[in-house]
Amino acid sequence: MMVKKIKQTFTDLWSLVVGLKVTGKNFFQPQLTVHYPRETVDTLDGYRGHVELVPKKNDPFNPICIACGTCAKICPSNCITLHVKKVTEPAPSAKKEDSASQEPVQNNQKAASPKKPKTKRVLEAFELNYNYCSLCGLCAQSCPLGGLRFSKNVYLAGVSPKEFEIDLLARMRSQSQIAKEEN
Amino acid sequence: MINLPMPLIQILIGLVAILAFVGLNGLVLVYLERKIAGHVQRRPGPFEVGPHGILQPLADAVKLVGKQLITPKGADAVLYWAAPIISFAPAIVCFLPIPFGPTLTNININAGLVLILAFTGLNVLALCLAGWSSQNKWSLLGAARDISQSVAYEIPLLLSILPIMMLSGSLNLYEISTSQGAWPWQWYIVYQPLAFIIFFVCILAETNRAPFDLPEAESELTAGFHTEYSGMGFGLFFLAEYSYMIVACAMASILFLGGFNGPLASGWWWFLLKVYALLIVMMWLRWTYPRVRFDQLLNICWKWLIPLSLVNLLFTALVIKL
Ligand code: SF4
Ligand code: SF4
Repeated sequence: MMVKKIKQTFTDLWSLVVGLKVTGKNFFQPQLTVHYPRETVDTLDGYRGHVELVPKKNDPFNPICIACGTCAKICPSNCITLHVKKVTEPAPSAKKEDSASQEPVQNNQKAASPKKPKTKRVLEAFELNYNYCSLCGLCAQSCPLGGLRFSKNVYLAGVSPKEFEIDLLARMRSQSQIAKEEN
Repeated sequence: MINLPMPLIQILIGLVAILAFVGLNGLVLVYLERKIAGHVQRRPGPFEVGPHGILQPLADAVKLVGKQLITPKGADAVLYWAAPIISFAPAIVCFLPIPFGPTLTNININAGLVLILAFTGLNVLALCLAGWSSQNKWSLLGAARDISQSVAYEIPLLLSILPIMMLSGSLNLYEISTSQGAWPWQWYIVYQPLAFIIFFVCILAETNRAPFDLPEAESELTAGFHTEYSGMGFGLFFLAEYSYMIVACAMASILFLGGFNGPLASGWWWFLLKVYALLIVMMWLRWTYPRVRFDQLLNICWKWLIPLSLVNLLFTALVIKL
């Protein structure tokens, strides 16, 4: 009993030395952080920033999104607001509807009337209020077409909440524009 | 010209020099502490103000001086503002008898060791007053912890110093220094390794350093006894803490590491080197160990340090007698 206790004491004391060894070693190892404004990191593969729209493969200026509104409905924080315009395609009589349509569609949005076969829902703006986003990923998961994904937008800082209300459609288009110019 | 007696002039000059030394050291230690914390956690630490952030403590000091002094509602204003001064002033006095070099002692008195022990004890009173007068539960808890901690740790501290007194036969810090030789194997740490370890653990607890920083315990008590202090009220506590750290490490290097004696050329450089080495070890310990629980803290003291130091003392007495 006594011997065991003494032995235990010495193992405990030795563990203190081991602790010092760990921190001492770390002290001399290279740093893991970078000096942010002057340096940035490029290993962002696992990073989950705010969500973004996925562009179509053959048409990078238009999103896969069909403005169904599932993501807006499922978002627990009501971050997503869709601005949808209903366009009745070849019908010349549809002038009235065309101009009166731009309505914000949120959770309780009603499905477009199925009576008119040629009515198309065109996404005008996809507004994400990142201030309230909990990055839960439900929106991306529930999209029937895989039209949303997490962006790698790390360097996001601002001085007012307004700066985090992002129009994802405009963002996607400007990114495609930049990509196009680079090519 | 006013006719001041010589010792008084000497003490006044000494006090001014000590104040400058303490202020400068405060800046250096704050910087060192944060850099060591950073590097242990593999980040750069302060980096933005000045090259490698060396002006950061200065910026912090300016910020502290510029802040408004707030007395909390219901606090005892007199005691509340006396506390940081009572904490800081004795720290300065403690530097007076320390022999920095062979010719660099402010007042060379026979009871230097006792003087330091007595004045460091005053810090407990200051922390107690601060905690009591703040009218804040956290402060009060911090003060209560500090008192029981200090009462517990004064005993093994004194018991671990006694063997050194026996060996050197003196309470004069200068004589204790000179009774040790220049080379490491002539220092008292070789004869009294156990006393050194006990002494070092005790000064960690006495200066409220992690892992024994229970009176401050950020994660439990916000900031413990100085929760309510703003601006230079907090600044003085901070400076006092670093001053006591220096005093404690100076004591350790005088009692166990030969003081200003060193190989080749003895002088204040050896002294400062030893003090800073010990301070760095203190910081290293802080960033290595988690804070102990209060019952563990008292257990370490009453169940281990005091019996061990008593045994050590008896053994030393026996060896000296034989
Ligand atoms: S769920 Fe997908 S397709 Fe539907 S609106 Fe959201 S992003 Fe568009
Ligand atoms: S990640 Fe979650 S909280 Fe953020 S927008 Fe999508 S559903 Fe809403």
